[in-house]
Amino acid sequence: MKTIGEKLIFIIGLITVPLIVAGICLGVGRFSLSLFDGIKILYSIIKKGKDSVAANEYSVLINMRLPRIILAMICGGGLAVAGVGLQAVFSNPLVSPDTLGVASGASFGAALSLLFRANMITVQFSALCFGLLACFLTYILADIRGAKKTIMLILSGLVISSLFQAMVSLVKYVADTEEILPSITYWLMGSLYTSNYKSIILGTPSILIAVSILLLIRWKMNVLSLTEDEAKSLGMNIRYMRMTVIICSAMITSSVVSMCGQIGWVGLLIPHICRMLFGSDTSKVIPTSISIGATFLLLVDTLSRSVVVTEIPVSILTAVIGAPLFLSLLRRAGKSL
Amino acid sequence: MIFEAKNGSFAYKKSKTILENINFSVQSNEVLAILGPNGVGKTTLLKCITGLHPWSGGFSSIDGRDISTMSPKEFFSKASYVPQAKAPAFAFKARELVILGRSVHIGNFSKPGKKDYEMVDKVMDELCISHLSEKYCHQISGGELQMLLIARALVQEPSILILDEPESNLDFRNQLIILKTIRRLADKGLICIFNTHYPAHSFSIADKCILLGKDKTSIFGNIKDVLNKENIEKTFKVYVDIVNNTNPIANYTTVTALDLLD
Repeated sequence: MKTIGEKLIFIIGLITVPLIVAGICLGVGRFSLSLFDGIKILYSIIKKGKDSVAANEYSVLINMRLPRIILAMICGGGLAVAGVGLQAVFSNPLVSPDTLGVASGASFGAALSLLFRANMITVQFSALCFGLLACFLTYILADIRGAKKTIMLILSGLVISSLFQAMVSLVKYVADTEEILPSITYWLMGSLYTSNYKSIILGTPSILIAVSILLLIRWKMNVLSLTEDEAKSLGMNIRYMRMTVIICSAMITSSVVSMCGQIGWVGLLIPHICRMLFGSDTSKVIPTSISIGATFLLLVDTLSRSVVVTEIPVSILTAVIGAPLFLSLLRRAGKSL
Repeated sequence: MIFEAKNGSFAYKKSKTILENINFSVQSNEVLAILGPNGVGKTTLLKCITGLHPWSGGFSSIDGRDISTMSPKEFFSKASYVPQAKAPAFAFKARELVILGRSVHIGNFSKPGKKDYEMVDKVMDELCISHLSEKYCHQISGGELQMLLIARALVQEPSILILDEPESNLDFRNQLIILKTIRRLADKGLICIFNTHYPAHSFSIADKCILLGKDKTSIFGNIKDVLNKENIEKTFKVYVDIVNNTNPIANYTTVTALDLLD
């Protein structure tokens, strides 16, 4: 990315690729349309209004697929950026919302409020609080005399994660088996099935705000990823910066969890792919992670709703795709980790 | 510019004192070497004088102004710190690592501009490491990485350069490259402070020296006065032989440890 022209093409590419994929995915599903029909119908609705298309087409595309596509893209981009953020704070490329226990903490928070039949905002807030709590617990446990070793981070993440998972089990154990237990279980597996415009309006602003903040400080996050003394000696107010990034990442993760359950792997896999493709400079990793993360989750979700008759929970698919992909990345890039 | 420490002392919370009664004063064009046995607190001393660990007592000052009254941002636009060379957790390219030195002059929501990159290229050119620019910093040698960290410190545009064991773990030639670079930077007007395990290296480039002893004593003064046979033997508990040599290429001093002194 040397000249301004190349830069511009790159930025346009980052924006248009996910949008084109979204247009194509609009046509994919049980109500099948040909490759670009989805885009054609959408264009016709925007240009000539609702009545220019068949009622069933309008209903499937606009009321069912579009909100789901929007949600998948926001969550995918968000989770990927949350991964980049946490990896910078912990100076460790193997960290992610899942490995730090943030996702489990948020799940517990959300499950707890679901148990009491709370509304969407309470669910989100409770997910955020417990997500942050989990993150700080991991942070404190891993901190031995100011040095955070990879092994300690991974282990404390594991401990905190299993602690909160046990508490989720407890919630499930006491939950009403007729109504609440199935809904918690299915939601935990991760699904965008329940998406609608109302949940998007309630759930995504916090993701968008947090992503925007991380996008704004994208270059400074390089400094954050150095050792504490180095970051300080480059004039950074490290405490303030760490807090900002941790809170933003936890906000994203908990909002995603509260809307579509635990969707693993995105926060770990996507940043790695971006680093391999575009280098480790966070000012490149963040925008590319948003774009690739959004595209990835969109594709996975489209697969999950169209491959077989019943829907496959999206977290199962991200793991099935993510695990082998990540292993092959690890083996190839082993040394640079 | 004069950089000083007065009556500096340091102790970790609730544990015994590590440093006591540290005094020194260096000015532009001078190199200060810090010497002492392992575990005596050389790195701690560097962190104290930069404010990374605040002094427990006493203070350090620039031109008479206490650095604890300066914001980190203000202090680190005057002074930069080169940590012991360790590759960063992420695989940055050399140029991406060096540009981070500009961070102190760049706002949180901003990115480095064309001028910043020009400065990086200029500094890397001066240090003769332009050829590394597109290499990944975990794939280069320890000496090259150390030079990158010095480059990163220099793009900070400091008046004071503080280096933590810059030449340890390097081979003969790389040691010499680092030492010569430090001396050259001091000759250009910087204050350079570094800690080292090698008395001979101090002789070759330093003007002044602090010798830290296990019993929390510290001796500060001109290099020739501090690093004499008696002081070195007392501090390091070894018999030494100090020889001044003349050679057409360079005059030099060797310090050789002969036997343990128990």
